[in-house]
Amino acid sequence: MKIVVCVKQVPDTKGGVKFNPDGTLDRGAMLAIMNPDDKAGLEAALRLKDQYGAEVTVVTMGLPKAEEVLREAMAMGADKGILVTDRVLGGADTWATSQTLAGALRNLEYDLIITGRQAIDGDTAQVGPQISEHLNIPVISYAQDIKIDGDSVIVERQYDDRYHVLKAKMPCLVTALAELNEPRYMTPGGIFDAYDADITVWGRADLKDVEDSNLGLKGSPTQIAKASDKVRKGAGEKVNLDVTESVDYIVGKLKEKHVI
Amino acid sequence: MDFTLSKKHEMARTLFREFAEKEVKPLAQEVDETEVFPRGTVEKMAKAGFMGIPIPKEYGGQGCDVLTYAMCVEELSKVCGTTGVIVSAHTSLCCDPILTYGTDEQKKKYLPDLASGRKIGAFGLTEPGAGTDAQGQQTKAVLDGDEWVINGSKIFITNGKEADVYVIFAVTGLIEKRGKQIKEISSFIVEKGTPGFTFGTKEKKMGIRGSSTYELIFTDCRIPKENMLGQQGKGFGIAMHTLDGGRIGIAAQALGIGEGALERTIAYTKERKQFGRTIAQQQNTQFQLADMATKAQAAQLLVYKAAMTKDQYTKDHKTAYGVEAAMAKLYAAEMAMEVTTKAVQLHGGYGYTREYDVERMMRDAKITEIYEGTSEVQRMVISAALLK
Repeated sequence: MKIVVCVKQVPDTKGGVKFNPDGTLDRGAMLAIMNPDDKAGLEAALRLKDQYGAEVTVVTMGLPKAEEVLREAMAMGADKGILVTDRVLGGADTWATSQTLAGALRNLEYDLIITGRQAIDGDTAQVGPQISEHLNIPVISYAQDIKIDGDSVIVERQYDDRYHVLKAKMPCLVTALAELNEPRYMTPGGIFDAYDADITVWGRADLKDVEDSNLGLKGSPTQIAKASDKVRKGAGEKVNLDVTESVDYIVGKLKEKHVI
Repeated sequence: MDFTLSKKHEMARTLFREFAEKEVKPLAQEVDETEVFPRGTVEKMAKAGFMGIPIPKEYGGQGCDVLTYAMCVEELSKVCGTTGVIVSAHTSLCCDPILTYGTDEQKKKYLPDLASGRKIGAFGLTEPGAGTDAQGQQTKAVLDGDEWVINGSKIFITNGKEADVYVIFAVTGLIEKRGKQIKEISSFIVEKGTPGFTFGTKEKKMGIRGSSTYELIFTDCRIPKENMLGQQGKGFGIAMHTLDGGRIGIAAQALGIGEGALERTIAYTKERKQFGRTIAQQQNTQFQLADMATKAQAAQLLVYKAAMTKDQYTKDHKTAYGVEAAMAKLYAAEMAMEVTTKAVQLHGGYGYTREYDVERMMRDAKITEIYEGTSEVQRMVISAALLK
């Protein structure tokens, strides 16, 4: 079985978000990590590899520095890393990104493509499903569990209050949730091997069946009017009361603030 | 000369730090309070490959270098000195002598289980009458047919009851050296569960309280002849060479303890207010922190240099690293004691309570000046090299 996992290097938003004066993210000032949903997707692929045997290839699109997440993925157990990087691909929104990744994926053999549900820097959840559209394969999003059954994949798709069990014939694309699993740690030996291994680097010329008009900033229909960090809310108040008391307490507070 | 770490070492540090913060730090206080060996953490470390970092892949290790191993012990010790020494004693004092002096059969038999962490290793040299003076050994091994029969005891053994494989030392005869009769010491591999091998009392220690420190007792303990490690009579050299390597691990532990205390103190002094401003705004605090950081950095350079010198030895089997290891351990241990003491002082009354990590760190730091060669022994090693 051949599994391709798409990962993204994102700024770690845990320590807060920093912006450039023009409103774009100041990526240099923030720690770069593998997007958590993508990492869960990678872990899912590695578990399938442990269970059924598979070749796991990791693909990322980004600046040359993004090779770090490929090395990290390989240090966790991925077999190959492919970096798609080119100046003309810069400034891509989800449309241009999915076009780029689909162009790269057309060069590869795969039974299963796994992407994270969404990246913590954009939170769109669009790239995975868009790739499946470009490649004309089925997509199952929000996976909380992935199993293989012969030539099919069985996925539990998460909802707020329930989950669906879906079965699809491979090749298929699945988008993974961070809750899917607890990703394994890299191993020290894995890190050494990952840095000794070669990373395949692809540019615009290596993308298959993609129009220039669908790539980079020019190929991005999204216009960003303004970007801002989340406004921090207060710490809130925590009280430990039984049901009746807590209802009285909340009603009292709401009255106090003239809400009711 | 380049002081920047390679990218692979940087990534390894990120791994160790993440693991330490997530898996080790939350348990550190409890491990100290309850004095319970953190078995669950060791299992997680085994899975992540931390129990065989400098062991070659052919023996089931990670195939990394000593520097990476030292960084692992350093990062673990920043949050928990107990966890740091478990890895250090296992790797430096048990895996390393088997790798260096073991026969092919011994390496194949013991290293894969040890390097993967399925089994834990320990080292038994110290006896009630033989600490710094290794010639004071009383434990004896006598060859009886195809077996060595061991009688005696070893004390203060790290990973004591939790280990599965022990490298121990015993007197196998008397030899004449420069007209004097001296004890011939040999080294052996003993497995847990061997009849006649039992455990004595558990030590109640000041610090590193979660590490299992026991007395090992050998009463007519019979081990196969082929369990002798290295040649007969070479035990003293094996012990000394093993301790040279062990000192790098302990130096890394001391370094981590000092750095951990410094990190917490920086954070605390920025929060704690007295006389209307944070204590970090007082010049005394600033100067203390500057001294602490400078010494921690100096210790780190010595520890990394010693580790890299041992890496050179791994490649050429020639480069000596004993003096570098002794200097690293001496300086890092004294730094750890000084920095943790200052950390407690800067925390004031809170620092004296067990609520704050620095109290534990100060207790943990002390042992680094004592075990695997006291600071006095390190000075002997260093000065002997200077004056020879």
